[in-house]
Amino acid sequence: MEDFILGISIVMALLAMVVLYRVVYGPTVLDRIVGAGVIGTKTTILLCLMGLIYKRIDMFVDIALAYALLNFIATLAAAKFFRVRKSIMPGAKSFKDREMGR
Amino acid sequence: MTTTLSILSAVLMIVGAFFFFTASIGMLRFPDFYTRMHAAGKGDTLGAFLMLSGMALYNLHAGFTLVAFLVSVKIMLIAFFIFIANPTACHAITKAALDAGVAPWTMKEGKK
Amino acid sequence: MKYLILFAALFTLWMVWSGIFDAFHLSLGIISSALVTFMTHDLIFRREIHPYAFQEIIRFLKYIPWLLYQIVLSNLHVAQLALNPKMPIDPQLVKFKSTLKKDVSHVVFGNSITLTPGTITADIRDGEYYVHALSKKTAEDLLNSDMEQRIAHIFGEE
Repeated sequence: MEDFILGISIVMALLAMVVLYRVVYGPTVLDRIVGAGVIGTKTTILLCLMGLIYKRIDMFVDIALAYALLNFIATLAAAKFFRVRKSIMPGAKSFKDREMGR
Repeated sequence: MTTTLSILSAVLMIVGAFFFFTASIGMLRFPDFYTRMHAAGKGDTLGAFLMLSGMALYNLHAGFTLVAFLVSVKIMLIAFFIFIANPTACHAITKAALDAGVAPWTMKEGKK
Repeated sequence: MKYLILFAALFTLWMVWSGIFDAFHLSLGIISSALVTFMTHDLIFRREIHPYAFQEIIRFLKYIPWLLYQIVLSNLHVAQLALNPKMPIDPQLVKFKSTLKKDVSHVVFGNSITLTPGTITADIRDGEYYVHALSKKTAEDLLNSDMEQRIAHIFGEE
């Protein structure tokens, strides 16, 4: 079973690599933020898996919760920041306003 | 009993890893920001939930003590938190993109 | 009453997270739970607790299995699209008006839309929903579904 958990951890790390492509080459800033959020979720899972491997799950679970909270707040803060700045697509009107003719 | 628990948790983890895999592939392959949000917001939520449930079950296999039970409850609390937080973050980012003017990809533009 | 509920919830969480049950740690938990209760009581419960709260919780718990089923369906939908080499999608933005009134039902409805197949909530403004759908069919499914009635039923808004 330990080997199985190690295998799952390796799979998760590889999937994080796949998403890293989106973080590096994402066409807009928001793509990068989403990619970072997805990697953060995977990291939460990875922390719990490491706790199972090292048999100290009682300690790692607290770290995982703190990481999940931080990840959520970081995503929200980034979304708020880039919504205010309107700097992702220079010159573009808000799509909603264009649609509604406002 | 313990083998049944181990097998059940292994199945849960494999299914969760499968949904994570499809979410990552979707992140790579979908054509624009909004469709990528579909993959990130849904695949991650269910994948994390299944993975964490598998771990909470596996944690109980060594013996049903109070400490092990509390740790399992903590793991399920993380799962519950991700369940609420992930759609909310997804919604916040989509709203930011809509306000900032990221244009959605449509069928016509794709064909052009 | 609402002080007591908040305090009990916080103290239960404290006991779960600390996992140590001696007098010192429990008294620390009581002190910090009381402090947080004092500081955030007007933040957590915006409206007064009314007699239907218990009924709402029961109805919400009944709603969860249906939601889990929808989540599994939507994940299979995304998985099938992501693994399909042709990727048959036709994304579009849909706008519709909802009759829900309470804030909490808007929250539950928005999150439910995000978690059901092929649709995510993009914006909610004055009861108007902007929904991004992966295809025409999923958008029509959302507009024809009885999810809004279910949520109105949970929070007593018929």
